[in-house]
Amino acid sequence: MNHFPEAWGRPRDDVYGPYNPSYLQTTGPKTHTQSPAVTGSSILGIKFNGGCVLASDNLASYGSLARFTDVKRLRKFGDTALVGFSGDISDMQYIDRLLDSIDIRENYSAHGNTLNAKNLHTYLSKVLYKRRSEFNPLWNHILVAGFDDDKKPFLSSADLLGTTFSAPHLATGFGAHLALPILRRLFPEERPIEEISKDEAVAALRECLKVLWYRDARSLDKYTIAVITAQGIEIQEDQQVEAQSWAFAETIKGYGAQVN
Amino acid sequence: MFRNNYDNDAVTFSPQGRIFQVEYAQEAVKQGSVVVGLVNKTHAVLVGLKRNAEELSSYQKKIIEIDSHMGIAIAGLASDARVLSNFMKQQSLGSRMTYGRPLPVDRIVSQIGDRAQTNTQHYGKRPYGVGLLVAGVDAGGPHLFEFQPSGMTQEMVACAIGARSQMARTYLERNLEKIAGSTRDELITHGLQALKETLSQDKELTVDNTSVGVVGLAPEGARGRIESFKLYEGQLLVPLLDALERSEAGEETKEAETMEVDS
Repeated sequence: MNHFPEAWGRPRDDVYGPYNPSYLQTTGPKTHTQSPAVTGSSILGIKFNGGCVLASDNLASYGSLARFTDVKRLRKFGDTALVGFSGDISDMQYIDRLLDSIDIRENYSAHGNTLNAKNLHTYLSKVLYKRRSEFNPLWNHILVAGFDDDKKPFLSSADLLGTTFSAPHLATGFGAHLALPILRRLFPEERPIEEISKDEAVAALRECLKVLWYRDARSLDKYTIAVITAQGIEIQEDQQVEAQSWAFAETIKGYGAQVN
Repeated sequence: MFRNNYDNDAVTFSPQGRIFQVEYAQEAVKQGSVVVGLVNKTHAVLVGLKRNAEELSSYQKKIIEIDSHMGIAIAGLASDARVLSNFMKQQSLGSRMTYGRPLPVDRIVSQIGDRAQTNTQHYGKRPYGVGLLVAGVDAGGPHLFEFQPSGMTQEMVACAIGARSQMARTYLERNLEKIAGSTRDELITHGLQALKETLSQDKELTVDNTSVGVVGLAPEGARGRIESFKLYEGQLLVPLLDALERSEAGEETKEAETMEVDS
């Protein structure tokens, strides 16, 4: 028997013939960064009178496997901004470390951290754009919430290409298809942000997360919801989707094997 | 003959604990023409006396705008100042590009301070031969910083560097309280007055040899948060110099009134 390590785990030469090393790709471009591995689903965000809310579930999927069920995908930056990440979890953790080091650097200066959510969003969009230009993108879609230079509520998104987009309500991933129509119906364009209360905004996002839990196969009924106002940041982790009703499920037809 | 053995490079201490090359660099600052800087609650002002090398030449630039919220005044080697100001401009632009935020003043000052210090600790390098006054506004309001070739930086309420600057510093010290409570225009006048104190008998401030830079917080109700850095040179100086003259005339009549007269 061949005890050399390079033979471990390979078909035996005496049974299958010598191993053809051309199957082991040793040259060619790196490809493992060109698709995400462990991913988080939707991030939801909405502006209200005097602040913003972000919400996301606590799931990190490995393909279709619900791999980690207590991953917090919302973080705060100092007391000035909230950031929500969907997409690749390890890239999220990398950006998380970037933000930590900026936060430390900022707090060394005489006046402390003066970066607001708008500054942070500009920075993150540049980071994402730089990485996509190197053909090594950070596989995330990010929402940043907080306040701009004029102390008005700020909510904006940046994706893995460095594209930025801003709106009174935003959602990434499946939420862009399932939650946004609900939010647009609840808070139509004609209704100014000043008329939307914090409680109303929070309730709307909880409702949207329930819909996502019903219909997005990569979602979870445990979630985090974070509110930023001039008074500060309030993050509620380990929330549970309440008052579920699966009655509608029986009426769904057309997915998979069904007899009648 | 006696010769100083400890000034051949900037990395060797003398037995007395001095670094002569750094001291010589500071001497270069003292040779430069005087610049004055001062702040009140809303504004930071830089004032400089420009020299012309000869009758036929133009006047040396003393105040440089770095960004719309910041400017510097220089005393010493102008070419070294250009290296530093180009660096500061790049950093300012970088901050606006990556964060969309004007660079905080203390941040850029500590950066040039670190660069200058590096030059005093590496063999084959020489210290910058220039002193700077950095004036700007940021989230913390208006600021004035002094920068020396040694790498020393400190925040000041009023400062003067360059030839005969002691006279200006004396004026600033005597009028510290007035400066703190002054308006924007009074602050400029105090700056010009301090500058005037340094002049020798046969010289005076003219539109050609004076330079003023102003930056500050915008007044209430104005568009934008800051009043952008503005450089006053040439004919723009006329109203400022007039205001200086008027304030001097006012002081004199006041003094004449209070002076005791023998009867």
